This record gives sequence, C-alpha cells and structure tokens, in this order.
Amino acid sequence: MASYEIEIILNRQLADCLSIPVFITDTKGNLIFYNEPTNKILGTSFEESGEMKVEEWSTMFKPHDGEGNPVPPEELPLVKTLNEQLPYHKTFWIESLRGVSEKISLTSYPIIGQTGKFLGAVAIFWESKDL
Amino acid sequence: MGIKGLMKISIKGVRGSIPISGPETSLYGGNTSCVTVVEDGWILVLDGGTGIQRVTLPDSSIKRIDILLTHLHFDHLQGLGFFAPLFDPSKEVHIWAPASATQDLRTRISRYLSPPLFPVLIRDLPCQLSWHEISRSYFEIGPFNITSRSVIHPGPTLGYRIRHKKAVFTYIPDHEPALGPSGLLLDKKWLSGFDLISDADVLIHDGQYTATEYQEKIGWGHSSMEDAIKLAEFAGVKRLLLTHHDPARTDSELTELHEKLIHSLGNGMEFEFAKEGMEIDLGRDI
Repeated sequence: MASYEIEIILNRQLADCLSIPVFITDTKGNLIFYNEPTNKILGTSFEESGEMKVEEWSTMFKPHDGEGNPVPPEELPLVKTLNEQLPYHKTFWIESLRGVSEKISLTSYPIIGQTGKFLGAVAIFWESKDL
Repeated sequence: MGIKGLMKISIKGVRGSIPISGPETSLYGGNTSCVTVVEDGWILVLDGGTGIQRVTLPDSSIKRIDILLTHLHFDHLQGLGFFAPLFDPSKEVHIWAPASATQDLRTRISRYLSPPLFPVLIRDLPCQLSWHEISRSYFEIGPFNITSRSVIHPGPTLGYRIRHKKAVFTYIPDHEPALGPSGLLLDKKWLSGFDLISDADVLIHDGQYTATEYQEKIGWGHSSMEDAIKLAEFAGVKRLLLTHHDPARTDSELTELHEKLIHSLGNGMEFEFAKEGMEIDLGRDI
C-alpha cells in the first residue's frame, strides 16, 4: 500500500503530542491511527490492534443519550464529518469497556489537503464538560 | 546530447537558503538548488536556484526544456529569471510546480518575476511558456516517467521520482520526514516521501543539519544527515547524495562530517555530500 498523504502523517504526529484521545480515519471511516490516550477507550493500543475497519471499531462504543436511547450513527459527529466534510461537535454517552455509561464530548474535523482534496477525518474525545 | 539509454544527472547547485561564494566553499559549491537530468535529447531542470545559471543545453537545437520546481522558496527560484532559454523565442519552456489552494502558479511566480524584484514581466518573456500545476501526479516527459508527491516542508512542496528505462532517480532537496515527537516513523505507510524514495538507484535528499543542529531547528523543514541516511537505508536506496548544505558550512567541515558519519554509522549504505559539477550516468551498470 502507498504511503499516506503528508497531511495525514502530520495529523498523526500531532496526535502523538496530545494528552487527549485522538482518532484518525480515512475517508471511509476506517481507523488508521489512534494515540495512546485512546487506549483506555478502546481497551487496546494501536501497536497491538493496528488499523481497524469501520465496522470493527464503530460497534465498540454503544453511543446513547441521557435516557439510554441509542444515538443513530448519522447523528454522530465523526459520521457527519465523513459525510459532509465539515467539523462537528456533540456531547453524548458511551458505554465503557466496564459496561458503565460515560458522558463524553466529541469534536471531529475533516482533513482537507493542500490541493483541497478530502483525505480523512480526526475525532477528539473530551471528558464532558458540556462544551 | 547524452548517451542513448543513459540518464545523465548533473548537479549545478547544492546549497540551501542562500548562495555563497569564496575559497572555503569552492569544493562543494555555493549555488542554491539545481540539478539537470538529460537523456536522448531531453532535459529536465530540477529547481531554479542560482545553480541554474550553470545549466547548458546538451544540444542548442533542443526546442523543449522542462523545469520541475519542488516548491517556490527563494533558494529554489532565484536563478529562474536568469535562465537563458526564457529569453529565446525558439524555446518551449514548461514549468511544473506544486499546486496551491490559493493562487495559480503563474501568479505566485509573478511575485518574483516582476518589478521591483525583477525588471522583466512574465508576459514579456519571448519563449513559449507553459505552466503545469501538479500534486500527487504522474506524467511523462520524453523518455522520463515522473511521479510527484507532497513531502513535509513548509508550504506546498513536492519530491520527484524520475524513472527511465533502466533506473530510478529521486530528488527531494527540502524535506523534514522526522517532524513530530516520534521522529522518523520507519513504517512505509507513515513515512513522508517513501513512495518516491523506495528502491531508488540514486537519491538526492536534504541533509542540511547534523543531528545535534536539528534539535534546534525542528520545524524548519529540513533533515538531519543522520535521518536522511536512515530514511534512505530503510527505503532500499542504492546511492544517496546529501544536499541543501547549510550556507555556513565550509568545505573542510563537510569533508570532516562525511568522515565522522562513515565512522559512526559503519559501512552501511553508500552516501556522500553532493558537489557542484558532479555528474552521474545512471543506467550504465544497472
């Protein structure tokens, strides 16, 4: 496989500098990188898991609202970013690996390269402060 | 004219940032980036630094000249206005350079090729001028198959992989593949420039700093010599020429650094510092 575009590589290097969980996906939503702070969300590390297909990682979170109703995929920020190539933000709940609901905020943005081409997306997880 | 079937690489400028002159730099040279590639009556001029003034056409009857700019920083452009074929109405000059999301190529180069920085306007150049904006591209010029890819350096910047029937030559004079907390990511999917460099017979690559100097210049867009050697070794390059020499570096310092690197890195891959006037006939022994 060919190398990733430098805009993707530089986003990975940036993610490696941050203490907040960061995902990087390709244009189809496949998880191509996540940084170390993400390990506690996924319960694995990038070194162990490598890349993950969208169908593999997207079922790990069980996103829901405050009443426990599932949040449909099309309302999740990263899915909206991938579909519309625009940034989004949303606060919702996910079920942690321990089976406990945790309130999180997620900000996602598209990676639009130097020539204007859509290359992928970045999702940043925040401990919810109702941003 | 060049020998048929051979790709002749000629180094015309090796210095980064600003040209210099003087006896202490006469061995490696003081002109800024420029390299030519010639085969079978075709010529590619890689970058338009001050080294371009030393470019001579292999045959004066050559009608077409292709100039491939890696980017538009001044040390890769400042000789362009003094390139004689631009002033020759019988010549067809094609300029290839990275696309930008903001301005077209002609407009960007006009910022230099116009008063008060330069007395002649682009529209007054008598040659037949063509502009080509490229990014992740593949194109053919005469016998050359050329691949361009963006590489890590401030602003839109390309490296070029030039293949002819017998060999591959890669040119990336400005490149900082180790930018970031992880340094060089020795994973071919995550390594800037890997697709261009992989298994090249000759690679001319940025090696402006020593590893110690690089620690003070992170983010400036250039490589340490050590990183460039690691990168080339990882990518299976057969011969590496380090270029974009720091303008403050004297001949004796470069020679001394070369010896130190050979000593510290062992007998790994073949590498040397690029010198102006150096010529390589690629394809002869491949």
